[in-house]
Amino acid sequence: MKDKTIKSMRFMGLGFLEPLFKTISGEEPKKNLSIFIKKSLFPLASIFIFILFWHLGATALFNKEADARIEKARTEQGEEAAIAMAECIASGDISCQPNTLPSPKQVYQAYLALWKDHLQIAEKKDEFEEKVSKTNAERQKQGLAPITYTGRPSFLDQIGTSLKTVAAGFLLALFVAVPIGIIIGLSEVLRNSFNWLIQILKPVSPVVWLLLVFMIVKTVITDPNMDKSFIISFISVGLCAMWATLVNTSMGVANVDKDYMNVSKVLKLSIGKQIFKIILPASFPLIFTGLRITVSVAWMVLIAIELLAQSPGLGSFVWEEFQNGASDSNAKIIVAMFVIGIIGFLLDRIMLTVQNFMTFNKA
Amino acid sequence: MEALLNKESLYIPHLEGQPDMLRCEEIRKVYPTPKGDYVVLDDLHLSIRKGEFVSIIGHSGCGKSTLLTMIAGLNDITAGHINVDQKAISGAGPDRAVVFQSPSLLPWLTALQNVMIGVKQVFPHASKAEKLEICKYYLDKVGLGNDFNKKATSLSQGMQQRVGIARAFALKPKILLLDEPFGMLDSLTRGELQDVLLEIWQKEKITAVAITHDVDESIFLADRVIMMTSGPYAKIGDELVIPFERPRVRKEVLEHPEYYDYRAYLMDFLNHK
Repeated sequence: MKDKTIKSMRFMGLGFLEPLFKTISGEEPKKNLSIFIKKSLFPLASIFIFILFWHLGATALFNKEADARIEKARTEQGEEAAIAMAECIASGDISCQPNTLPSPKQVYQAYLALWKDHLQIAEKKDEFEEKVSKTNAERQKQGLAPITYTGRPSFLDQIGTSLKTVAAGFLLALFVAVPIGIIIGLSEVLRNSFNWLIQILKPVSPVVWLLLVFMIVKTVITDPNMDKSFIISFISVGLCAMWATLVNTSMGVANVDKDYMNVSKVLKLSIGKQIFKIILPASFPLIFTGLRITVSVAWMVLIAIELLAQSPGLGSFVWEEFQNGASDSNAKIIVAMFVIGIIGFLLDRIMLTVQNFMTFNKA
Repeated sequence: MEALLNKESLYIPHLEGQPDMLRCEEIRKVYPTPKGDYVVLDDLHLSIRKGEFVSIIGHSGCGKSTLLTMIAGLNDITAGHINVDQKAISGAGPDRAVVFQSPSLLPWLTALQNVMIGVKQVFPHASKAEKLEICKYYLDKVGLGNDFNKKATSLSQGMQQRVGIARAFALKPKILLLDEPFGMLDSLTRGELQDVLLEIWQKEKITAVAITHDVDESIFLADRVIMMTSGPYAKIGDELVIPFERPRVRKEVLEHPEYYDYRAYLMDFLNHK
């Protein structure tokens, strides 16, 4: 039972909790406690140090900006204005606050504000749903599309949209890159002929892909009811992110262990069986490494692409906040930054778990 | 000693009247290198009778593995013919099962699945239960009766090679090719596996060719030991018929009064030619 728990913890990438678990269950408590301190508490301490430096840096920047404002008021409007400005800043009035790197505290407040905002919007949405439920039921009978909530999305909704876009982009990359990778990997001629194309296209910037996809989607999709910006952004994400999978799949397929190929020759497996019984499983480790890179690239380029494609999501949230210039906009951007980072980390962990699950350990 | 080594006088009961199963004629193998062609094997002749167990011994790099992979169809022949059961071979096939030096099990499959993948190819029309029975029979024979469903990677090297042997026998091949099958194992495990191999072979009487560079192994396993000269231009230098009774028991073979004569003869060849 204990071993099983530890094994599944390791499997999920929670191995750092293992020594704590062992300490609690009384297995060499001294040794395991010191391992836990080294492996888990020290990293936590590093986060605190980071926040401390951030706080100090933000305070210094705040003071510098405040001094500059007071100085500006003094040179432009004289001593009285300067004193008024200093008082205004000290009072915490929003109208005269220095606009600079927000402190950890401000970011935390912004986070709370975003959460409250989300709850409010969710409440409004529920109210709306209740109101229109009758009408919608009738509309459904008449074969009309239901009335949907079109109010401002909350921060959490934006996260949901972003995840949806990344998931769609990832699936696109999966279903394009893996089959092409297998086909290219199987034939040396194809591999050589496509290699230069792949090498040229791989480093192309997400922005350029977006524009390219925009050109095509704009022409192909004329139906105004379709969510063009979503289509454009997920295709661009997929295109940017698929290269790692494509290259890894073709490499994995091309370099299957010669022993396995000899086995398949001796058994005279048909081509289909050779691919599905030998080549694919043998290249799973590389394919999944590629997919893991694809997910992290997809998440990374998503923000930039949403920002440009006017597609709702975290990217446009960041951009809107930056354009908005409200007193807590900067803090909200930093909240978004951490959310992006944490979600990226979680996605990577999920992929790692899938990878461990799907691949064999070579003896 | 000379009298013993006179091939004509030797009589191996189980080979009496058996036709040739494998014939290699004028085999030549050339590997092109930047410095010109490298001739590994030249004008090599070999014929093996049905049910015969032959071991091929020679120094590393003499081309014995090349010869075996050519018989298996995994390596092209530069010139010459290889006939199995009176038919020229074309490519690899399950009629010539191979036990590789590294077990070469598919690591994502269980022991049973590793055997099953071959059985499915060879007996496509058998029912599922029949196929399963074949797999289990051979796995049981090699001593894996309780580990059918263990992943190949969780087995030790010796256990993996046992599965490799079961996989080869389960194909019911015409010829069993063993490419230094026990070369990667420690000597204790090697002995065990030699016993396992001979035990199944005794039942199946499949024509077998084993490559080895272990003199004792070659004597213990084979009806005939073929000695290859060192490359380049390697060919068969000499051969030695081992008339020890079958089924063989290691202890009896080692205590046989002529055992050390055979051993000395082989050592002499390896050290001087």
